[in-house]
Amino acid sequence: MRHAQLGLTVNGESHEVSFAPYKTLLELLREDLGLTGTKHGCELGECGACAVLVDGVPQLSCLVLALECEGRSVETVEGMARGAELHPLQAAFADLGAAQCGYCTPGILITAKALLEKEPHPSRARITEAVSGNLCRCTGYQQIFEAIEEAARRLALESPR
Amino acid sequence: MKVLGKSRRRVDGRAKVTGQTRFADDIVLPRMLHMKLLRSPHAHALIEKIDIEKAKSHPGVHLVLTGKDFPVAFGILPVTQDEYPLAPQHVRYVGDPVAAVIAKDEQTATEALDLIEVRYKVLDTISNPEEALAKAEPRIHAYSELGNIHRLQAFEFAAGKDAVEDTLRKSDHVFEDLFFYEGNTHLPIEQHAAVASLDGEGKLTLWSSTQVPHYVHRSLARVLQKPATHIRVIACPNGGGFGGKCDVCNHEMVVAKAAVMLGRPVKICLNREEVFYLHRGRHPVLMKFRTGVSRQGKLTGMHLQTLVDGGGYGSYGVASTFYTGALQTVTYELPRYKFEAARVFTNKPPCGPKRGHGTPQPRFGQEVQLDKIAEKLGVDPAELRLQNVLKANSLTANWLKIGSIGLSECIRQVVERSGWKGRFKKMGFGKGLGLACGSYLCGAGLPIYWNRMPQTGVQLLLDRSGQVTVFCGATEIGQGSDDVLVAIVAEVLGIDPFDVRCVTGDTGMTPVDLGSYSSRVTVMMGNAAIQAAEKIKQQIAIAASEQLGVAPDRLTFADGRVFFESKSLTFVEAAGFAEEKFGTLGSVGSYKPPRSPGRYKGAGVGPSPAYSYTACVVEVDVDPATGWITVPKVWIAHDIGRTINPVLARGQVEGSVYMGLSEALMEEQIFRRLPPQLSSALVHKIPSLLEYKSLTSLDMPEVDTVLIEDPDPNCPFGAKEAGQGPLLPVMPAVANAIYDAVGVRIDELPITPDKVLRALEMKASGKEARVGPSHFPAVPYPEPVIVPPPWEGGDGNALKDFEKNKMKIAAP
Repeated sequence: MRHAQLGLTVNGESHEVSFAPYKTLLELLREDLGLTGTKHGCELGECGACAVLVDGVPQLSCLVLALECEGRSVETVEGMARGAELHPLQAAFADLGAAQCGYCTPGILITAKALLEKEPHPSRARITEAVSGNLCRCTGYQQIFEAIEEAARRLALESPR
Repeated sequence: MKVLGKSRRRVDGRAKVTGQTRFADDIVLPRMLHMKLLRSPHAHALIEKIDIEKAKSHPGVHLVLTGKDFPVAFGILPVTQDEYPLAPQHVRYVGDPVAAVIAKDEQTATEALDLIEVRYKVLDTISNPEEALAKAEPRIHAYSELGNIHRLQAFEFAAGKDAVEDTLRKSDHVFEDLFFYEGNTHLPIEQHAAVASLDGEGKLTLWSSTQVPHYVHRSLARVLQKPATHIRVIACPNGGGFGGKCDVCNHEMVVAKAAVMLGRPVKICLNREEVFYLHRGRHPVLMKFRTGVSRQGKLTGMHLQTLVDGGGYGSYGVASTFYTGALQTVTYELPRYKFEAARVFTNKPPCGPKRGHGTPQPRFGQEVQLDKIAEKLGVDPAELRLQNVLKANSLTANWLKIGSIGLSECIRQVVERSGWKGRFKKMGFGKGLGLACGSYLCGAGLPIYWNRMPQTGVQLLLDRSGQVTVFCGATEIGQGSDDVLVAIVAEVLGIDPFDVRCVTGDTGMTPVDLGSYSSRVTVMMGNAAIQAAEKIKQQIAIAASEQLGVAPDRLTFADGRVFFESKSLTFVEAAGFAEEKFGTLGSVGSYKPPRSPGRYKGAGVGPSPAYSYTACVVEVDVDPATGWITVPKVWIAHDIGRTINPVLARGQVEGSVYMGLSEALMEEQIFRRLPPQLSSALVHKIPSLLEYKSLTSLDMPEVDTVLIEDPDPNCPFGAKEAGQGPLLPVMPAVANAIYDAVGVRIDELPITPDKVLRALEMKASGKEARVGPSHFPAVPYPEPVIVPPPWEGGDGNALKDFEKNKMKIAAP
């Protein structure tokens, strides 16, 4: 099968990729761009582990064909930190036990980032709803909710209105 | 304590939130090939012919392997070496691997699987325990004990034969109840993956998502018939384990063989459907409890029978079966106890250890039965338990040595915090509270294969820069074992945890640790780490004392300094003086659990250096119109001995609550028959994350978590386990709460709305408001091994050996 060519932006950097045309965005990221921070738990759109932002909107990258991403902007967990400094969501997740095995973590971080960008002060109910498509088998979710709330507080301190 | 007991970011926390944690499937090596497995579409069949020629010549295919390439069997337990990496002839469940294709990419390998032609002779399927008991043929395994009964076990912990029956007869009340616990699976979000490669010296390295690199190492040496010294197994951090990565797996053997044959790296990552086939999850167990109780509410004796559905292979099953009875004695005083168990083979994916390993099933039965006992006697269920709680530092009827017990305090905490006294039985129809308790091991007393060596080892290296590196074979599965290891070393040496480098789970680099199972890591690795760190601390103290003019034992190690009053060195300076005096600094520590007092055959399952205890109250709302159950809140108190990192400990407890609720309300690994035109095979009903129902964030209640610290002298700084014990009381507490809410007994798990509705209908029509098993089949249990308990003149031996010994003493 002949490779396809694609231009897209990933974590703010533009890439020209040559890849097998049947690949999903998930496979493109992990296999062709070496961004293995994005995980997979089912490759059927069931677990949420592979969530990335496509033009700012959380998408399950296992259900997106790479070919559909021409000209789009994709953000993955590798793009969250500002240089060596963790994004407040990352710091709160690490500090408050929201990442146990860490496998669902990138998908939840990305989902939470999209939430906080739209709603800087979400209620517990909104947080619960926002991450309900991300399965976590380790934490029981409490510490994830708390970390998102803590990150919202830290972000608010960074950018007072 | 400078480090322990304080909430800290775990040492591997940063890697996990930046996507840098390298799981097995994240490993990419130059020239790497990809492997896929062809799996049996039949639940029970013999392979008559397998033709791989077309697949071999498919463009992009490098190698095709079949059962012929693997003459040696393997299995996690020495007594059940009953699996082949690829089935040579006999397939025993839908999903049993029969061939492997190694190709340039996954796509090509998958295409080539379709080109393999297998002719099967289909055999009758044994689909459940009743069929296994009734039909000795076709035999799933020739080595099983009786027909398709894999294993039979029977013990009577009493002065003589029928003594338990006698006790029950004389008891004021005898409660007889049947319970069923459906099987379920671990469902780690990470699918199992493994990469094998030959290094520059031609030696094999296997990276795998495994909880047990040491056992994988041993099995690879056996299956590949290569010296163990030429094999290195690296356990990558696991993306969740829960027992699902505790077995030695077919794909690990096959991918390793392929790498050895091709001289190139080969990777396999199972898809989600395959993870359901690999399984090794919770055994479905049918249970019959007969429990005697005095008028005052003291337990007098118990007779427990279990029937365990093992699936197609042994896995951990012999141990799992023992565990369906071994820990009934460690929570409440039980003067006499009889336990009979049978594990049968069926043509389903093999069952094995899932969080709680064999004990959640009987714990469910015992705790629901206690609720019924309390109801009948008119006693508060919390009071009934408090009255029966085992005493610290005691021996049980089956000769388990118990250390600290914080259970009474756990019960008092959840009762107090949930407002139990004012709310139980008083919440009105549809709302209720339920209480239950549990107990678990802090590591199995004996290793899986017989040996007298330590169960774990820790090695420390320290250099003049002050850098401490700690090595241990323990495996990070998300539970925080790396953090425990580093925290303990940092505490002893008085340094910051982030100044300790840690290397774990690598059979080529680290001392042996048996693996992350049976909640053994904190206690065993922790004790070994203390030993190693104390040795190196001693050397530093001697060197520092010469510099400071202070006796070594007066020196304190804390905050990166070694000091007495105003006389002080930095840790780095002190380490330098120690290197000057003793040469390169290094030390080792190891740990072997104390010998258990039980001497009878079978006493090897149940002993542990310590036992953790938990109490839990669950609140439910039950909609009588739909049977729908919601859980608004859970209160849980866990006796952890001592907390190493409160953030992680709380995470283990709340993760257990989550998994417990999920098992109580929805999780089930179940099977269905395909219609005859589609082969009539017995297949997994729902091998997907969407259809295998589990709790989501929307279903998860608020959890009130309390950690009770009752340090145990056998444990590092007194710290017990937290990863499995807190799961145990959750399921029965849900069932008990449903009874409080709507007055119906659901004596089987999961408790789904249809069962609640059925029970409510029975109640409305004046029938016994209960859904659960109605009969226990006749099982040919053997004559029990009789073991007198400590208070009936026993010495830990079975009666026959005990009497032999007595005769020997009487007639020298």
